[in-house]
Amino acid sequence: MPNITFNDSTGKSQTIDAEIGSTVMETAIRNNIPGIDAECGGACACATCHVYVDDAWIAKLPKPEQMEEDMLDFAYDVRPGSRLSCQIKVTADLDGLVVSTPEKQG
Amino acid sequence: MSEVIKTDAVIVGAGPVGLFAVFELGLLDIKCHLIDILGKPGGQCAELYPEKPIYDIPGFPMVTGQGLVDNLMQQIEPFGPQFHFNEMVESVEPIGTPEAPLFRITTDAGQVFEAKVLIIAAGGGSFQPKKPPIAGIDDYEGKSIHYAVRKMEAMRGKRILIVGGGDSALDWTLNLQPVAERIILVHRRDDFRAAPHSVNGMRDLVAAGKMDLMIGQVMGLKGADGVLTHAVVRGADNVTHDVAADVMMPFFGLTMKLGPIAQWGIHLNENLIPVGTETFETNVPGIFAVGDINTYPGKLKLILSGFHEVALAAQKAHRYVYPDKKLTFQYTTSSTNLQKKLGVA
Ligand SMILES: Cc1cc2nc3c(=O)[nH]c(=O)nc-3n(C[C@H](O)[C@H](O)[C@H](O)COP(=O)(O)OP(=O)(O)OC[C@H]3O[C@@H](n4cnc5c(N)ncnc54)[C@H](O)[C@@H]3O)c2cc1C
Ligand code: FES
Repeated sequence: MPNITFNDSTGKSQTIDAEIGSTVMETAIRNNIPGIDAECGGACACATCHVYVDDAWIAKLPKPEQMEEDMLDFAYDVRPGSRLSCQIKVTADLDGLVVSTPEKQG
Repeated sequence: MSEVIKTDAVIVGAGPVGLFAVFELGLLDIKCHLIDILGKPGGQCAELYPEKPIYDIPGFPMVTGQGLVDNLMQQIEPFGPQFHFNEMVESVEPIGTPEAPLFRITTDAGQVFEAKVLIIAAGGGSFQPKKPPIAGIDDYEGKSIHYAVRKMEAMRGKRILIVGGGDSALDWTLNLQPVAERIILVHRRDDFRAAPHSVNGMRDLVAAGKMDLMIGQVMGLKGADGVLTHAVVRGADNVTHDVAADVMMPFFGLTMKLGPIAQWGIHLNENLIPVGTETFETNVPGIFAVGDINTYPGKLKLILSGFHEVALAAQKAHRYVYPDKKLTFQYTTSSTNLQKKLGVA
């Protein structure tokens, strides 16, 4: 199973076995990763699953769809690596992915 | 102040569950007024996912959020529900007795209702503008930071910084541009989700030099005593600028906040209202809680659960509204009495 590392805003880090086919948001929620609210349950309707993808990984992920870009407008402190974690599907290629959770989800 | 509205039932929240409550109560001759802080019916379905498909509404293999709301509106039309949009229910005061409940319900617009039963179908709470987590924002709210403007005239001659790229941000940009000294629209990317005609309108104004568009994000505020002088904007180039502004209007979508429900004298359990599963009544006789706002063992936050809940709540509500009438169980397929109410017999 691919490994995903979550860094939180206080500097704590956890590495988790993620299930292929689930999303990064689901992986986080199932493992009680702090800093992800995911109020809408992954429907790309709330922007409270905002994460920063590590620089080295930005280009390796499939580009966000229009819907995700639109929803990101509602996230706070959007940076180049900003993504909505419910829109990132876990695949074998994502083994080693590193993301950081923001200080706040707005 | 407007006159007191006397009615059988007041429903707090016009989400899918509040709407269907009108139907179930209506079959039992209970007349309803609905109040919602949103400007339209449908709650989460209409506000958060109008275009998305729902697959678990019995009898509908697929229906969109807005499609479901449109159908519900059509279904309840025969009962003539009265809607009060853009108003938040602020206070609920019991003025009756446990046997013959009566409630005085007041909205933030000052409208007062008197109702025999109160149905709380408030979902996740009132939809309210999301507040951007900018340090010190609280000090400016209401003075220099607004999420809506009631009197356009108050904005005359001001430098207004509008933040966001959706319909609200663009609508306010176009509406306020003629009165403002200057409009500065700040958005994080040069791509707008708002309706194309308003985006074009904005681009024309920018091209004509009548307003400014900045690509970037507001990172901080400068001013004193709630009076804004500058917003600190980080541009797409990562350089921060102080942008002079008297007023800022952030539009980051809506979020649900429990709101004043906590002060209505009903028991709450972690922002949810505990109810029994026979009648969905709260600890206060005559006040019912249905849909996402309630909790009981096994509760699922599904639209279909809410629909079931209102059917049962209506039975008990009938006892308060018509204490002397006996209820007989009837089907809409076969009862001419029910069909008359639906306007089909
Ligand atoms: C993205 C997404 C997808 C979903 N998909 C499904 C699905 O496939 N199937 C399913 O069954 N469910 C689904 N749901 C859940 C479903 O939308 C909710 O269960 C449903 O909306 C609850 O209805 P409701 O009427 O109880 O509350 P809501 O829809 O939350 O409506 C409550 C209304 O009350 C108003 N209100 C609250 N307090 C006050 C006050 N004090 N004064 C005035 N107005 C007030 C609010 O503004 C709001 O409009 C989904 C939810 C989301 C977010
Ligand atoms: S969980 Fe709501 S947008 Fe991702």
